[in-house]
Order: sequence, then structure tokens, then C-alpha cells
Amino acid sequence: MTTNQSPRNSPRAVAWTRRRAALGKVWREFAANKSGLFGLAALVVIVLVAVTVPLWLDREVLSVTRATGEILAPPAGDFWLGTDHAGRSVLALTLWGARISLLVGISAAILSVAIGTIVGMLSAHFRGWTAAVLMRVTDFFLVLPALVLAIVLSTMLERGVGTIILAIGVTSWPSTARLVRAQTLTIETRPYIERAHALGGGHMHVLSKHVLPAVLPLVLANTTLAVGSAIISESTLAFLGLGDASTVSWGGMLKSALDTGAVTAGAWWYLLPPGFAIVLIVLAFTLCGRALETVLNPNLRER
Amino acid sequence: MADIPATTEPAAEAFGGRRARGGGQSTVRYLATKLGGGAISLALVAVLGFFLFRAMPGNPVRSVIEGRGSASYEEIKRIKAEWKMDEPLWTQFVDYMGDLLRGDLGTSIKYRAPVAELIGERFWWTILLTGTALLLAVALGLLLGSRAAWRHGSRFDRWSTGTALVLWSVPTFWLGLIMLVVFSVGLDLFPTAGMTTPGGVSGGWFAELLDVLHHLALPAITMTAVIYAQYLMVMRSSLLEEMNADYLTTARAKGLRDNLVRRRHAVPNALLPTITIIFLHMGLVVSGAVTVEKVFSWQGLGLLTYEAIGVPDYPLLQGTLIVLAAAVIVMNLLADVIYRFVDPRVRSA
Repeated sequence: MTTNQSPRNSPRAVAWTRRRAALGKVWREFAANKSGLFGLAALVVIVLVAVTVPLWLDREVLSVTRATGEILAPPAGDFWLGTDHAGRSVLALTLWGARISLLVGISAAILSVAIGTIVGMLSAHFRGWTAAVLMRVTDFFLVLPALVLAIVLSTMLERGVGTIILAIGVTSWPSTARLVRAQTLTIETRPYIERAHALGGGHMHVLSKHVLPAVLPLVLANTTLAVGSAIISESTLAFLGLGDASTVSWGGMLKSALDTGAVTAGAWWYLLPPGFAIVLIVLAFTLCGRALETVLNPNLRER
Repeated sequence: MADIPATTEPAAEAFGGRRARGGGQSTVRYLATKLGGGAISLALVAVLGFFLFRAMPGNPVRSVIEGRGSASYEEIKRIKAEWKMDEPLWTQFVDYMGDLLRGDLGTSIKYRAPVAELIGERFWWTILLTGTALLLAVALGLLLGSRAAWRHGSRFDRWSTGTALVLWSVPTFWLGLIMLVVFSVGLDLFPTAGMTTPGGVSGGWFAELLDVLHHLALPAITMTAVIYAQYLMVMRSSLLEEMNADYLTTARAKGLRDNLVRRRHAVPNALLPTITIIFLHMGLVVSGAVTVEKVFSWQGLGLLTYEAIGVPDYPLLQGTLIVLAAAVIVMNLLADVIYRFVDPRVRSA
């Protein structure tokens, strides 16, 4: 290792040894969870496919004008999963669709969890008016029908991937805020926070150096779960026609299936692949997130 | 600032929030707090409705003009005057609030009719669909959830939890499409769209009722299948919390049958957190209604919202947002009030 010149027991080395040990412990506990491992394996495969698809599948297959197949043909020959209303391969569309779902799902989840973490930490750390207002706002957004709000936001803003990420991110943060607030409240009663205050630590110092690292594991598990619901929201918005029309997405595929009469024609091969793809990816994130949660959430650990 | 001593206070006090602080709170005060909170939320909905549609960068006038390609100066002025956008923001806000309080939600661009009227026509259809789905989902979720927890780790537990999780990962609209293909197109058992047979059915009110139920079946089952999972999970985990409680040992020691211990002792205690979640997640049910109504052409508020997207019909969108959000808030408020009388812990707290 390159850190050989520094003494073994320097604070940094000790901290890293401890972190590695903690990580190893988390991994061992996670690996003991069969469904969590299954979710992780599925995720690795999906992410690999989504990232590498431009390398082995030409973008041409997405072109409506240069489609080679028959219109709405059932699975046969070169088209393993049949063709869509324009004669494109459903398999190719489904593989390409993974990219936008992952991109939007992960970005929106990170945005939503970031907002939720900040609001949750602030509403627990500060008392009085700040906390009251933040809690009021959180409770307000918690009960609102998030999808309807997201629909309104994406109608008001310019169409595009950024808008969808924003619309999902700013409407789905309240449950994270609740969770982080509860965790922050428990942490802030611990003596080491009092010690930090006594040594003259300001709000920023206590929040960023002591509270944040302590809530981070929980936030990580929550993010994994949030990606799943963000992907469902993304496909729903695309299905309602609010997606980016220039990219292929699973929700968009299902929308065209309904709009072009593939559903009433009973074209099951056009309906099943995108749907199963969504279910698989969401299930993978959910299983992973639940396994992480059991390992990392102190409240669930006893069980 | 007096923040430092505050951090050493026991977390429990802040944790319980309003509920724990007012020890020996009177019913009147409890109701006043809850009603006050609900009123603030409703006011926030109104404010949100205003600012989303007036102060956002892509404001309605611009996109209407973009939609028409070009517009003369007079036309822009006319549109602005129609929506009172040539006045200062605060006058607009006062006018808007006045209209809202009188129940005037503006005029729909698409239908050229008052938004309040359109919503009024569709409102009960949405209530019928979401109400049916909610009742089914709650019944199913509580039943399966309590049984899964009671025998947790068993094959039944693993299967019911697994099924629920998979269904939870299914986008509502896709499940709807599948149901449509299988049961309406394939097996021809149910109608594909609408709420009643076009042209009506003969045979009196009972035949009409059956006709509506026939149309209701698929959309309601679709919604139920997706939402019951969360009730199952909540019921299961809150019953698991009670599993080792002393009062259950006592009940068993008295010689009560196992089923009786579950039904009379454990479930009622586990039910309360579950009810909170049911009402808290009402927004999710409403969101599900939007897509289900679109798939099955169910003429409710969800479909109305969808129809407003394409135009885009801003007054209509604003109206449905306000009405749906307000409905959810009122439901939550009712839940809080009912809670007070159902849960002895809240009553004495």
C-alpha cells in the first residue's frame, strides 16, 4: 500500500481500518440475505446492459423510418420479441429503454433524497419556528398526491429529461425527510453531540461532521428504495405523454401500444417486454434496498 | 441562541411532536390544533395552485401563443386580460382567492365550460372507483398481513409477502393494460372502456347497477392489486411489534384459542398504526386513479387531469390539482379526528 510511510496508528489509518471493517461487516450481513443478493445480481446485469448497449446494438434500430420488420408482427425469426406499430424490434427498444429509466430513476432519487435529508436534518436540529415551518411543509407535501403535482410541474416546464427528474425529485422527498428527522433526533441526544457543542462546534460543524455521517447509512438504503419508485413515476409520466418524445422509454412504448391500438389488437408481445423490464428493475432496487435497510437501520436490526 | 441546551433534551419529547407535548390536552384543543393545521394545509394548496400556474417560467400565456404559432399584440393582450395577467401579482392573487372561495375555478379551454361544473360531474365516479379499490385493498391487506405476521417465517408469510412486493413493483397502468388484453380483448369477459354500456341497458335500475359493476370490476381490481401490498406490509410489521407483548402471553395463559388471541387482542393494537398509514398514503391512491382511469377510459377526475395535459388546459389542471389535494387533506383531517375517539392513547395523552 502507498500509505506505508505513515505510521500504522495515525488517526487516518485507524479510521480507515475501522471503516474497512465496518464495510466488511455490512457486506457479510447483506450477503446473508438471499433476496438482497438476487436484487444486487439483477441490478449489476441491468446496469451493464444499459451502459454497454450502444456498443453492440446500433442506434439505427430505433429509427421509425428505417424499420425493417413487418408492422405488429408476433415473435418470429430475427425479431425474437416481435415488432411494434412501426416495424421496429421490440427487444431492441426494450434494451435501449433501460438507459432512460435508469438515468431518470437514479437522478430523481438522488435529488429527492438530498432534499429530504437536508429538510429532515434541519427540522430536527433547529427548534421553534424553523422546525415548525419545515415540519408543516413536509406534512403538507407528504399527503399531496405526488403524481398529480408532478404532472402539473412537467406540463408547466419545458419537456425533457431534466424536467421529469425535477418533477419527480421535488414531489417525492417528504418520506425521506420524516425518516431522517427521526434518526437525527435520536442521534442528537447522544453525548458526543453535546461534547461537540461544548467544544464550540457551530451548527454547520455539528450537522456536517457528526449528524450527517450518522444518518448516511440510512439515507443510502432509502435512496436504493427511492430509485424503484422513481422509475415507476418516470414510466407513468412517459405513459401519460409527458416524457421526452425523442428518446425510447418503457412508459413511452406502452403509451404507443395503447394509442396505436396494439392493446385492442391483443399484441401481447408489445406489452409484456417493457412491463416486465420495469417490474424487474423496480423489484431489484426494492429487494436491494430492503436488504440494505435491514443491515443498516438500527431500528430493524433486532428482528 | 439558546439551541445548545435544547439538544440535550430527551428526544422523546420532540419525537412525539404535538401529540406528546400537550399532556392532558382537552378534546377542544386537540380538535382546534388539527383543524387549524388542516386549514393551513388547504390554504397552502390554494397558494400552490396560484403560484404553480402564474409564477412558473413556462407561463400559460407563452405556451398558448407557442401552440398557435403566432399571435398579434392585441391577441396577447386579450389572453392576458382574460386571465387577468395584466394586473399586479397581488391583485391577481386576491381575485383568485375570492373566486376560489366562491367555488369558481375558471373556465376550461378544452371544454369551454366552468371547471367546477366539469369536476362536479366527474367527482363521484372517481370516488366510486377509488373507494371500491381502497376498501378491497384494505380488507385484503389487513387480512393477509395479520396472518403473515402471526405465522411469520412460514411458507404462507414468504409467499404472500413476496407476491405483494412483486405487485408493488408493477406500474399500475401496465397491470391495467394486461388485464385489458387478457380479460376484455382475449376472454371477452369485461367491457374495454367506459362506465356504462353506450345507449344504456334495459331492465330497470338493477340492470343498470349490474352494468356499472361490470365496468367497474377491472379498474377496481387493477388498483387493488397494486395498492394492497403497502397495507399488508404495514399490518405485518406492526403486528410483529406486538408479537412478544406480555398481554398476549396472558391471553394465551387464560386458555384462549390462538385465533381468538389474534383477532381480539393482537390485531386491534396493531391496527392503529396501520390506519394512520392508510390515510397518510391516500395521495398514492389518487395518483393511481389517474393512470387506471386513462387505461379504462373511466370518466373520473384522473381522466380529466389526463385530458388537460395534452391541450394544455391550465384552468382545468389547476382545478383538478386543487380538488384532489384538498380531498386528500380533508380525508386526513377526518382520520385525525376519528383517531381521537378510537385510540385511548391519543385521548388521554
